[in-house]
Amino acid sequence: MSTLKVDSIESRTSGARVTLPDLNFLPPYRNILINGDMSVAQRGTSTSGANTQAYHCTDRWFNVGMTIGTWTISQSTDVPTGQGFAKSLKYDCTTAEASPSAGDQLHLSQRIEGQNLQYLKKGTSSAESLTLSFWVKTNKTGTYQVNLRDKDNTRIIGQTYTVSSADTWEKKTLTFAGDTTGAFGNDNGNSLECEWFLGAGTNYTSGSVPTSWEAESATDRAAGLTVNLGDSTSNYINITGVQLEVGDSATPFEHLPIDVNLQRCFRYFYSMGGNNSYEHFGICSVTTTTDARGIIFLPVKLRTVPTIGQTGDFQLSGGGNALTGTYSAASTMYFSIGSFGGTQNVGFDFWPGSAGTFANVNGASYIIRANNSTATRVTFSAEL
Amino acid sequence: MNYKLTKPIRETDEVVCVFKINDDGSGLCIPFVNDNTDYQEYLEWLNEGNTPLPADE
Repeated sequence: MSTLKVDSIESRTSGARVTLPDLNFLPPYRNILINGDMSVAQRGTSTSGANTQAYHCTDRWFNVGMTIGTWTISQSTDVPTGQGFAKSLKYDCTTAEASPSAGDQLHLSQRIEGQNLQYLKKGTSSAESLTLSFWVKTNKTGTYQVNLRDKDNTRIIGQTYTVSSADTWEKKTLTFAGDTTGAFGNDNGNSLECEWFLGAGTNYTSGSVPTSWEAESATDRAAGLTVNLGDSTSNYINITGVQLEVGDSATPFEHLPIDVNLQRCFRYFYSMGGNNSYEHFGICSVTTTTDARGIIFLPVKLRTVPTIGQTGDFQLSGGGNALTGTYSAASTMYFSIGSFGGTQNVGFDFWPGSAGTFANVNGASYIIRANNSTATRVTFSAEL
Repeated sequence: MNYKLTKPIRETDEVVCVFKINDDGSGLCIPFVNDNTDYQEYLEWLNEGNTPLPADE
């Protein structure tokens, strides 16, 4: 293999040294947001009857408020033509609410860790501007509002965008000034929240759009919103290709390989199960008649010690191939993170609960697996 | 939805998590870790004057 070594690259015409920006080099990982192409949906590709705030569908996208109407939130294959996207996030109104109460809100957001934002130099005279670009399609034309919220210093900047053509994909680009006030914490906390308002009551609409950075007032957050997406069951909105990056202009969307996108999502949420009706989740060793202890190795270091979630029926398998019982009682929590919780190696206790007690003590080891169901899940959430 | 206290495995262990039992029967085990947002939500729920279910005996 040959080696190319040069001290500089110079312009053929001017002789000036060529820099990376001259070469139109686009830096990797320039998108501050994760899963902007909506390609990862570990929690499921569709949630119906959604009317409470949660991460309902695509990873990292928080469905906030949800107090206006009821929705099916899904990972849709409706995407803008020719842009290289395969998925979008769709809100489809199934129960309308034409007149929101003052405190009602409906918006989509993504929260970002402060330690990933230090290069924005927020709170200094060199604070970077940010440009947000995204694709949107809805039947509901009108003016919407997007905000950047500094959660460490309770500050906000917002802009409006107009959807002018119904049922048509439109690309929106918004540039936000840098903020010379208030640094982001260099930690794993929620420092910046990017939010898209889709509906709001007067508690959020009675102010004015915060077009420059200011101390946050709730009344400003949707002051520019002229639509209520929840006012008819005919309403929907699709969003994809969301990118937030440093600078005054938008670059092409940074398409990441699925394995990279998944790894980035795993830091906040990791789901096991759904691939096999007897899928194995981990190994545990019985320590008492009512407790087995085990460990699950996670694919990445999570943001914090996670919440363990369980859904469906479990079995313990092993001990001479004997099944030690099934664990399927609703409202019984079998997994307990105990005092062994870590951010990459999660120690846990498995309690038999009302299913009885373990017959074999003395260190007998078992595999925890799904009980003939692909609906069984074990999840680890470290979301912001 | 309700929260349910847990008991330590051994008398010398601390209680370090709480269960959240959802209406559909699924459950969460929430560690007592300050930057876990489920734990923050649990603390808010307590501050609203709510009381979790006792731990199983």
